[in-house]
Amino acid sequence: MVRKGAKRTSLVLLIAAASLVLAACGGAKVSSTSSAAASSSTSTPACGTFNLAVNPWVGYEADAAVVAYVAQTKLGCNVVKKNLSEEISWQGFATGEVDAILENWGHADLTKKYITEQKVAQDAGPTGNQGIIGWYVDPWLAQKYPDILDYKNLNKYASMFKTSESGSKGAFLDGDPSYVTNDEAIIKNLGLNFKVVYTGSEAALITAFRNGETQKKPVIGYFYEPQWFLSEVPLKHVALPPYTPGCDADPKTVACDYPPYPLNKVVSTKFATSGSPAYNLVKNFNWTNDDQNEVAKYIAQDKMTDDQAAKKWVDANPDKVAAWLAG
Amino acid sequence: MTSATLAPEKLATPKTPKSLLGRKNAIVGIGWFILAILLKGRSTLPLNRSSLTSVQESLTNLSDAIDRNRNSNPFFLNVINKIRSSINAFVNLLQDAISQGSATRAVPQIGWLGVVAVIGLAVAVFASARAALLAVVGFVTLGLLGLWQESMDTLALTLAAVVLALLIGIPLGVLAGLYPRFEKLITPILDFAQVMPTFVYLTPVTLFFLIGPASATIVTLIYAIPPALRITTVAIRGVPWSTVEAAVSMGSTRWQALRKVQLPQAKRTIVVGINQTIMAALAMVTIAALIDAPGLGLVVVKALETLDVGRSFKAGLAIVIMAVVLDRSTTAAAERVQKDSMQQQTTAQKFGVASKWIGLLLTLVAIYISNIYLWASQFPGSGILGLKVASIADSSTGWIQLHLVNVTNGITDLFSYGLLNPIQSLLVNAPWYTTAAAIFVIGYLLKGFRLALIVVVCVATILISGLWSDSMVTLASTLVAALITVVLGIVVGTWVGRSLPVDRVLRPILDAGQVMPAFVYLVPFLGLFGATRFTAIMAAVVYASPAAIKLVADGVRGVPESITEAAISAGSNTWQLITKVQLPSARRAIALAINQGLIYVLAMVVVGGLVGAGGLGYLVVAGFSQENLKGKGLAAGVAIVMLGILIDRITQAIADRRDVHAKAVAT
Repeated sequence: MVRKGAKRTSLVLLIAAASLVLAACGGAKVSSTSSAAASSSTSTPACGTFNLAVNPWVGYEADAAVVAYVAQTKLGCNVVKKNLSEEISWQGFATGEVDAILENWGHADLTKKYITEQKVAQDAGPTGNQGIIGWYVDPWLAQKYPDILDYKNLNKYASMFKTSESGSKGAFLDGDPSYVTNDEAIIKNLGLNFKVVYTGSEAALITAFRNGETQKKPVIGYFYEPQWFLSEVPLKHVALPPYTPGCDADPKTVACDYPPYPLNKVVSTKFATSGSPAYNLVKNFNWTNDDQNEVAKYIAQDKMTDDQAAKKWVDANPDKVAAWLAG
Repeated sequence: MTSATLAPEKLATPKTPKSLLGRKNAIVGIGWFILAILLKGRSTLPLNRSSLTSVQESLTNLSDAIDRNRNSNPFFLNVINKIRSSINAFVNLLQDAISQGSATRAVPQIGWLGVVAVIGLAVAVFASARAALLAVVGFVTLGLLGLWQESMDTLALTLAAVVLALLIGIPLGVLAGLYPRFEKLITPILDFAQVMPTFVYLTPVTLFFLIGPASATIVTLIYAIPPALRITTVAIRGVPWSTVEAAVSMGSTRWQALRKVQLPQAKRTIVVGINQTIMAALAMVTIAALIDAPGLGLVVVKALETLDVGRSFKAGLAIVIMAVVLDRSTTAAAERVQKDSMQQQTTAQKFGVASKWIGLLLTLVAIYISNIYLWASQFPGSGILGLKVASIADSSTGWIQLHLVNVTNGITDLFSYGLLNPIQSLLVNAPWYTTAAAIFVIGYLLKGFRLALIVVVCVATILISGLWSDSMVTLASTLVAALITVVLGIVVGTWVGRSLPVDRVLRPILDAGQVMPAFVYLVPFLGLFGATRFTAIMAAVVYASPAAIKLVADGVRGVPESITEAAISAGSNTWQLITKVQLPSARRAIALAINQGLIYVLAMVVVGGLVGAGGLGYLVVAGFSQENLKGKGLAAGVAIVMLGILIDRITQAIADRRDVHAKAVAT
């Protein structure tokens, strides 16, 4: 019986083999299609490889998509995108693994370590985007209680924000721990009856605001612009005592709003002195919050790939791209 | 025969010293409870989010110092660079073969047809035809999902890590099996490697091994070597010493005895170790994506940025499929090894040889075709199945969130106010010395000075880390999650254990729960339960309960039929059968389920930190993303390891004591 089974199996296998060989006779060959890709990467020695850090938020991805697309199509660079957190990206300047960061949010500690002390990186100018950090609430809440947008009235509503995580106080949500936040100190120094709840990630924070809006649940927390989620739910900014230079100098006594962050680009010193045309592109790269939001929307909501999104924007804005490529 | 004699521990407990120990433990617990309430709020050692202790600061400085000297130490640099370049070369070789094009080719050397053929042949030869069919169907599904290249990147990285983990883990495991002293030496290192959150060493690893395949592989190795090593040790220990002695007395050298007697007999268990190593390696797929490892994990991480549930579910499903295929294949291979060693069938061998050659021929043809022709190289189609899966996942999570949110909010509040808040406030507000003393005394009562000493070391380390209060927050959530896990484990595990059809239906779901990256279900869970500690608890339960259920099910199934039949003939109904016979007999398995449940829950602490659990998990995440909190994150990682060791040793001691106790009563 075993023998019979073996023969049958062998027969089936043989037939399969024969049909495979037959099938193989038709169809396009690999070698004929790969030549195009191979030639495009070898024809441009001038630019070479451009290692671009991609930090994990969509606004940055929009920056990287457009710069990478332009570098690839107009300069013929071999762009290698590296998906990394901010700290590891900076560290990449020291190890030579990263050439450029396109959207840097402050980071005084990293600036000191890698630009001032180790001198492996340097500032490559502003991106043109203004980063705004602050306290936000959902639009329905701002509409129903217009005076909630002033911090002085927050205590009046504090009990509304109570959750299982905040004890007897109102819950104030903090998100991704990548940024240094002053919220604990601000709450204490302004005498607000809130407790900071550390949600721990941007995803958690966005989900909280999204649910707050759809379920009409009061949510208050830390957020920032530019951010793709604001085009889905336009969060409203809660005014804190205005920022004055130095008001946040001592983390213990800070009781004012966050400073505006002019976002900037950072490049490795090696890349800046390499003479690569990609460096010029990075240095000249500059656009508005609206530009970035548009590309971010293509990626986050229209679910385009990075290249599709970049192509759409680049085709619609040839003059801006031309300015980046000049000089 | 009455059912009472079948469940001996249900008899009136005789006053043996063992049962007195249980009573003493209870007294310690009550004493701690009273003191905790009386001394509430004293010496609770709280620490602000942004405050640092001097120990935490010096940890930050230490890592900075290593950073500075990295380039000036030539020996160190040479060794690290050698390791890095050889791992990179190995991974690149695999990627060129199956996933990525190279400088001269736009596509990998072996296309999808070739890979499917190789997998099918390998599984058919080493495992079974059924497993081979599953493997082929599974891999084709990866292509249909539109994730062929990502899957192959993941496979290449996983294979590289598994091969290296086995090359390192098996020899060390044999060594540990032969020399107990060596085992004692490396056990704490293995504990650290398995429980220390990966986030803690992600940054240093990229500092030394740079961003790229080498770092991703090393991160995976750290997690994947311990199971390979531990199970090999158990396997070598499992070979009866008498057979080794017999071999030596027949004139074999020690080396020959190892090679000819111990290793062959340990083979089956070692294959189980390979299985666990593969699962551990796959568990690291999403974490490795945080340092730019290509593949399915990167799809999940990217989708999380835009909260794209559909896309991340699709990639998560692909990871589950790959895990199930690899799991079933290696399990079948393990069974095959056992069968082969038990009976040497010459006819079966011949049967194998004939089709093996044809299979090999067929595979070679497939590889050749997939190298030459485009249709066999790149998976055809645009992943329609993937789009379907994504849209179904999107719409169903949307529906659930819309309709169940009131229920889930109620559940969140019930557990938070009813269970979690009281436990947490008790633990956090108790003075550290009463809690420490209580654990110490319990440790002493359970296992004498040896366990008490471990307790002292762990508690002292937590105190030095400066994170006592955060540790208690994490411990509270861990206990609640473990409680839910164990209840689920016992209830569902009994159900699964008693019925094979239930097992068949539930097992793939359990596998999915164990392997599906938490990042995939974080967003739906956040939608349902909010950014709360309870979301973190639910994520931990999803991850930990499959293991507990499987262990309990195995235990229930392992109850000898003669005993259950006797109970049935004595007139036990189903409820009596379960509570008086099957569960008591599966006591050992349940103890193990509790132990593993707790450890698995602890493995999710960092994920919990991402969804609002606070405590140590949040600190680890913060340490990963903020330069000046690096030391604090490291300290939090160490505290998690210490909690893990405490929980592991104490639950094991309780299980051992129960065993001894039960035996003492039974005889």
